[in-house]
Amino acid sequence: MAKLRSLARMIRSKNAGPFELTIDILFADQPTYEWVKESGKLSRELIAGMFQIAPEKVKLFHYDPAYAIKASVPRYTVSGDPDETDVFAGQQYAQLVDLEIPGR
Amino acid sequence: MNEMRYISPTGMIGSGFQEASLRRALAADPHFIGCDGGSTDDGPYQLGAGKPMFARQACKRDLRILIGAALEKKIPLLVGSCGGAGGRINLEWTWGIVKEIAHEQGFHFRAAVIDSEPPREYLLKKFREGKIRPLDPAPPLDEKALAGADHVVCMMGVEPFQEALDNGAQVVLAGRSSDTSIFAALPVKHGFDPGLAWHAAKVLECGAAAVTNRFTPDGMLCTLRKDEFILEPANPQMKCTPVSVAAHTLYENADPYLLYEPSGALETHNATYEAVDERRVRVRGSGFRKLPYTLKLEGAKQAGYQSIVIGGVRDPVILGQLDEWLAGMKKRITDRIDSIFGEDMRGKYHMNLRVYGRDGVMGPREPEHGRLAHEICLLLDFLAEDQETAHTMAASGGHIALHHPIPEWHGLISGVAFPYAPHVIDRGPVYRFMLNHVVEPATPMEPFRVDYRTL
Repeated sequence: MAKLRSLARMIRSKNAGPFELTIDILFADQPTYEWVKESGKLSRELIAGMFQIAPEKVKLFHYDPAYAIKASVPRYTVSGDPDETDVFAGQQYAQLVDLEIPGR
Repeated sequence: MNEMRYISPTGMIGSGFQEASLRRALAADPHFIGCDGGSTDDGPYQLGAGKPMFARQACKRDLRILIGAALEKKIPLLVGSCGGAGGRINLEWTWGIVKEIAHEQGFHFRAAVIDSEPPREYLLKKFREGKIRPLDPAPPLDEKALAGADHVVCMMGVEPFQEALDNGAQVVLAGRSSDTSIFAALPVKHGFDPGLAWHAAKVLECGAAAVTNRFTPDGMLCTLRKDEFILEPANPQMKCTPVSVAAHTLYENADPYLLYEPSGALETHNATYEAVDERRVRVRGSGFRKLPYTLKLEGAKQAGYQSIVIGGVRDPVILGQLDEWLAGMKKRITDRIDSIFGEDMRGKYHMNLRVYGRDGVMGPREPEHGRLAHEICLLLDFLAEDQETAHTMAASGGHIALHHPIPEWHGLISGVAFPYAPHVIDRGPVYRFMLNHVVEPATPMEPFRVDYRTL
């Protein structure tokens, strides 16, 4: 077992336009990337749970050239709407930081 | 033309760059300089209010150096999404700065100013013809909503830039444009591979963002050839690696394999990234799929005026019953608003009671909602039709919050610590994004107007 924070070189979230937000999890090397990718922990269901949306709404990508796992979801509010909590959506990845990834 | 070189000095006009880095990149004799001037990242205010994210002096400094460099090298300077949102007010604000720079520096040149805020009647006609389509997700749209928007801009492709350059403009100030069009316009015009041209543009639009460690905003130099492009950071202390460049296709973008542009989609499935040396990266194999021509629309509508109150709570007895305390407080505030304005006001204002130290950042999505810090920040915000109403609500709300009782303390308590006097802060008008749609124009130029001005 290892926490995602000890495996990733970057975990971040950001607007992808005012109507979507995207989470990038970047790894420093291929073995670590493959480990986390193959663990299946970073699933559409997990991301859907974080944002309380249906799994079909989650776009999940494995982007091998950058050793990156990426997930995009509709924003919880349109950017800047009256119930906005995070205009840039920069702090919406926190639940992933201590996610436990099963060892190999 | 076998090779085209171009510079992106920074990710956004006003964010700054190292002048030495620009000089270094200019030594490569680039064919043009491009720079993005805007972003929707900080919300709908820039478009709604016509106010840019970065300050005038900061933008003026960047523009002065870039115009000077373009004139010295006799190359064009292309600036997209001027003034933050690219609306007419934002664009003319930028033009005002450019005029002032020309006057102060004794610069003379031909400029093109490209308006991207078409007449509303044009958009309504397109809507009636079914030529405005929603993207996913999109807010509902009808004629009334479209007519009532404060500002609607069309995000231009490469064609308006190309037309401006064909007509001899040396400095092109564009309204809202796709970030990539700024950098794809000249390469596509000269017949370079569109996949490579658009991919290079996607990397360049953020300046030096695709380096391994962008410790300060700075620039990127691109060399585009028939079957490859090479990226080199303008700052000698920065490095591109295959991974850092590949990773940039993820940034601020929902899908790393497909990036939609007005004329089609950039496909990165087959792109390869290869180190040329320690600092430079070669990219090959990017594709471009032509699609029916569409232009993205962005719109902002005023939501009202806002007033806020910020305070802290440290008393452990209050914190021990925070949910009940806040629920009681909210009820009291609602009743007070009823008593001041009458029941007619119900549904015409919006109140938030936010708790930092509990769920301020993630709201209802916070899984650790029950874990409270030893102190919390309380943020009350009120949105109403006019500033005076919002202010009245915040003033009453703040006062009620300050003295809202708990059973354990007998007598009048002061349960909130305000860091500011006065503790009510009027935030002025606030806006909402109200469009995530595309329009199908008759021609790529149809919604845009190019105005040539000589300085």
